[in-house]
This record gives sequence, structure tokens and C-alpha cells, in this order.
Amino acid sequence: MNTLATNPGFTIPGSEPLFDGRAWTAIAAFLIATLVVVPVLFLVVPASSSFHVSAYFVTLVGKIMCYCAVAVAMNLIWGYTGILSLGHGVFFALGGYAFGMYLMRMIGREGQYQSLLPDFMVFLDWKAYPWYWSFTDHFWVAMVLVVLAPGLLAFVFGFFAFRSRIKGVYFSIITQALTFAFMLLFFRNDTGFGGNNGFTDFKRILGYRIADPHTRAALFALTAAYLMACLVLSRALIRSKTGRVLTAIRDSENRLMFSGYNPLWYKLFVWTLSAVLCGIAGALYVPQVGIINPGEMSAANSIEIAVWVAVGGRGTLLGPLVGASLVNGAKSYFTQSFPEYWLFFLGLLFILVTLFLPKGVVGWFREKRKAAA
Amino acid sequence: MNTPGDDLRSGETSGLGHMMQAGVDTSHGPILYLEDITVSFDGFRALNKLTLTVETGELRCIIGPNGAGKTTMMDVITGKTRPDEGTVFFGQTIDLTRFTESEIAHAGIGRKFQKPTVFENHTVVENLELAMKTDKRVRRSLRARLSSEEIGRIGATLDLIKLSGEAGRLAGVLSHGQKQWLEIGMLLMQEPKLLLLDEPAAGMTDHETARTAELFKELAGSHTLVVVEHDMDFIASLASTVTVLHEGSVLAEGTLDVVKSDERVIEVYLGR
Repeated sequence: MNTLATNPGFTIPGSEPLFDGRAWTAIAAFLIATLVVVPVLFLVVPASSSFHVSAYFVTLVGKIMCYCAVAVAMNLIWGYTGILSLGHGVFFALGGYAFGMYLMRMIGREGQYQSLLPDFMVFLDWKAYPWYWSFTDHFWVAMVLVVLAPGLLAFVFGFFAFRSRIKGVYFSIITQALTFAFMLLFFRNDTGFGGNNGFTDFKRILGYRIADPHTRAALFALTAAYLMACLVLSRALIRSKTGRVLTAIRDSENRLMFSGYNPLWYKLFVWTLSAVLCGIAGALYVPQVGIINPGEMSAANSIEIAVWVAVGGRGTLLGPLVGASLVNGAKSYFTQSFPEYWLFFLGLLFILVTLFLPKGVVGWFREKRKAAA
Repeated sequence: MNTPGDDLRSGETSGLGHMMQAGVDTSHGPILYLEDITVSFDGFRALNKLTLTVETGELRCIIGPNGAGKTTMMDVITGKTRPDEGTVFFGQTIDLTRFTESEIAHAGIGRKFQKPTVFENHTVVENLELAMKTDKRVRRSLRARLSSEEIGRIGATLDLIKLSGEAGRLAGVLSHGQKQWLEIGMLLMQEPKLLLLDEPAAGMTDHETARTAELFKELAGSHTLVVVEHDMDFIASLASTVTVLHEGSVLAEGTLDVVKSDERVIEVYLGR
């Protein structure tokens, strides 16, 4: 409070409020819509009513909100810190697989072979769970794994990469290699994660049937709340001094080092945080979509994440949300109407955004408003 | 005049204090001691058995033609480049070749780059805040709040570098000379004992240059300054010892008048 006692004649860094009144209202409106309105329209309003919201819509929006959270995480590392990761798909998938292990064990004897083991293990003629499946039938163990698996991988990988001062395009390339290597690993049947089919046919989560509309509505609401939590966390981080150090890494890492900061720990911190946020989004994604397979770790998937952030606007708070929603909205339309043209469209979109909207949709709007003012 | 760098508190522990607990020991005179430093890049000897001593509180100018090794010398002192041979001591005890850039900055060496390097997307105040001497680890920065004493220090530096009117502007929109001053201000916020300044007056108006020379003379004594410059008028106004570098070693040393009349210096540098 002593900062208020003196009048220094300038704005004290970090003293502005977390959000202004309008932003808080928008967050509240979003939460009311996703936590109350949509579940009521989905569960209570009869299917015959034109106000009824379909299960398809709930799943689609739930999925897109997971992607939005991934984009927020990506924006932390790329938009604010200037480190382009083309391997964020691996963290998303690891979170998904970690929670998928729990979901697989909750199938119990309801699988094709009525075994306690998942079908793919029976198929491989395995007699028992491998050691790394230990305790995954406990929900909280699975939750811990959701954080630890992507977090540890990111920490170890990041430590060696950042300590060796690997930067720019070289870093991007090795993150591509990382996700590709993990995809190959998970494709192997012997790895014990279901090979190229991955995990699917989930039945229950915490005793509730996964296909039950109430479970779907709960997962939907949880995802919405998580997305808002990511947004608030991201804003709080960027507003802190650590946030200012991160953008300083992006703009002039040399100056920062000669000012007495060791960029290694700052990069490692935001890199690991970003990976964990992705992993949790992956864990929310899997029960809603009902499948996780190594395709999530494909190189193209990780590049798509970068495209979302580029389209929305790097280094802006709302950009990742806008970008992930726009691109995925377009994707679900295209893959239904013109499935063969989707990748062409995605490529074209990336080129157009790079050429004409270097600051993304949000950056473009911001500049227009500034010009008008 | 009371500059922000004056109130160095010796007992304060820096963020990396466990690595350099003692701080710089200058009880025996020199603050910077380079001996037989050699640095080669692909067979090219940027520094060739360079030996140089800078006394505590001194204001030293370094001149020399392009490629004489001035910037490489600064890279070696600040930990950016490791010498192939030779030793660099900061005070009596700190062997700089064993530390990283950020550790050396913490130990009390501030560096201004040839091209003014500030955080362009941060405001002037935020630039000073980031440079300020404090615990610079992630954990601390997450919850860092400026104390009123720290705000006062930022305000004093703003006055000193004449940027109080620009405090809330982005550093990227400042003029070239203002960026130079902001960077000097950032160095002072670090509370360094030794300042390395690479062409600090480049791009400044005559008035700004004169003001900078004045500032440097004020800082000398309480700080040690090593200035690399090309502008002879600026060097003359500093009235300091001048070291001439040529092909990676010291060619001559003395007052500006002495080195100006040295025949070898005229041949390689001034006469051209």
C-alpha cells in the first residue's frame, strides 16, 4: 500500500487491475452461458424445442474450448516469450493418454473380451498390466500423471535445449522431432498404449457413465471453467514482473542477460507451465471426444496449434481464443462439406494471415481502433 | 549530485550471491585486470595477448580502428566470449572467465551495447524496473512489487537521464539519443561498480553529447567507467587516460595529447 502514499509521477509497473470491468463482465457472461445456460438447454429443454442444444453441439464446443486452452498455453511461450514450439501436440497428447489410462481401467470387464485388461492387451496376449500402469485405476493418480507426464518431459527437454541456448528455428525443429519421436513410440504396440488405435470405447468416469448427457454437460462446464482459469492465469502472469521479463526475452535476450537475469529459468518456467496447461486440456479433451491415438502427436497437429495463435494474434490475451475458435469452426465445416480441401484451406489461411494480418485478427482490430481514435 | 548508483549497500545479497559471496575486492587498486588475453575466430586473432589494467574509480577511454578488438574485449569481460588464453580478473578475487553473463552482471559489471539496446515494447519505467538491482530469480519476480524506496530510485534515474516526461512511453518510440540515455539509466539501476560503454555518444546531438560527458565525469570516482568511442571531441571533453588498441593488443596508452602525438598511433589510426 505504500506505493499509493507517494506520487512518483508515472504509472507503477504491474499496478493496473487484473481485468477492467468490461472484461470481468465478459468472463462472467461466458461462465453463465457455459455453466448454466448451455447445460439447461441441453439437459432440460426437450429435443423437440427449437431452443434445445444437441449433444453434437456440446461435444464440438467442448472440444474447441480444449483447443482454446491449448492456444492460450501456446501463446504464453510463443506470443509472449517468442519461443515457437512446433511440438505442443505431444504435451496435449500425453495429458490425454495419462487420463486415458484411467478411463481404460474404468472399462472393467465391459470390454469385448470381458477381461480386466484393456482389449488391446488381451489381443497382444499380455497377462497383466505393465508396471507403468500401476495405480492408474485411482482417479487422483491419473490426475497427478496428467500434470507430471507433460511437465516432466517439458522440464527435461527444455532444460537441455535452453541450457545449450538453442533458439529460433532450431528450437522449433527439435520440438517437431520430439513430437514425431513420441508419435513413433506410441504407434508401437509393445509400448503398451494401444498402438495406432490408441485408447477408445470408454465407459465410465468416477462411476458415471460417460455417454450420459449429465456427464457430458459436467465435462463441458468443467472445460469452460478451465479455459477461463487459463485465461486469468495467463493475464496474471503477463502482468507480473515475470511477464515483463518474458517479453524482454522475446524482444532482447542479450540486454536481459547483461541486466543480470538468467533467461534459462524463466524460459524453463514458462515452457513447463505451458506444457502442463496443454496436458490438462488434453485430459479434458479425451473423455469428451472419446478417443486418443498417436495421431494427436503428428507434426501437422502441432503446426496447427501455432496457426491458431497466429490467426488470432500472438501476444494478445484474446487472440488464441479467437484463432482456435475460428480455425476449428472452419475445420468442422470444411471437413464435413469439402473434406478433401481442408488442408489446402489451412495452408492458404496461414499464408494469408502471415502476409496480411501479421498481428492476427485481434491485432488487426486493435490497430483499426487505434487508427479511429 | 546523488546518483542512484551511489547507495551501494555492501551487505545486500544478490540473486546469485551464493556464487559470488565476497563481492568485488578492490582493496589493492585495479578493478579490472586483463592479462595475455587471446581470442581467435577461425584463425583470425581478434585479441592478441591483450594486457590491460583499469584502476578503481577511473574513467578510461578505449580507441582504435575497426577490428582492433574493442567489442571483443567487452565480450570477454562480460562473459559473452570465452578467451582461448589469458585471465580476466574483476577486483582481486573474481575470475570472470568462470561466470555467465547474468552472474557477471550481478557481480557489478554493466554493459551498454554499441547499438542502443532497450526493451522496445516496454515503457521507459518498465525498462528501468527490469534493470534495477534486486533478486532476479523467477520465484521472486512472480510476486515482485516495487517498494516506495525503489520507486524513488526509478524517479531519480528518470530525472538524471532527462526522461521523466517520457516515463510512460514505449522505449521503441524514443529518439536514438534518448534510447542511449535510457540504456545508460538502465546500467545505473543495476548499481554496477564497473560500466562498459560502447560508443555511448553515437547518434546524440552536440548538446546531448556534452551532457553525457558531464554525466560520465560525475559518475567517475564512485564508479569505474570504460568508454569505447570514435568521437575525438567527446574523448577530449572526458579528459581521461586513453588506451589505443590495434590488432588485438595495446598500441599506446596515456593522455589524449600523448597518444595523439605517438607516431605509431598516427600511422594506424589518426592519420588516415
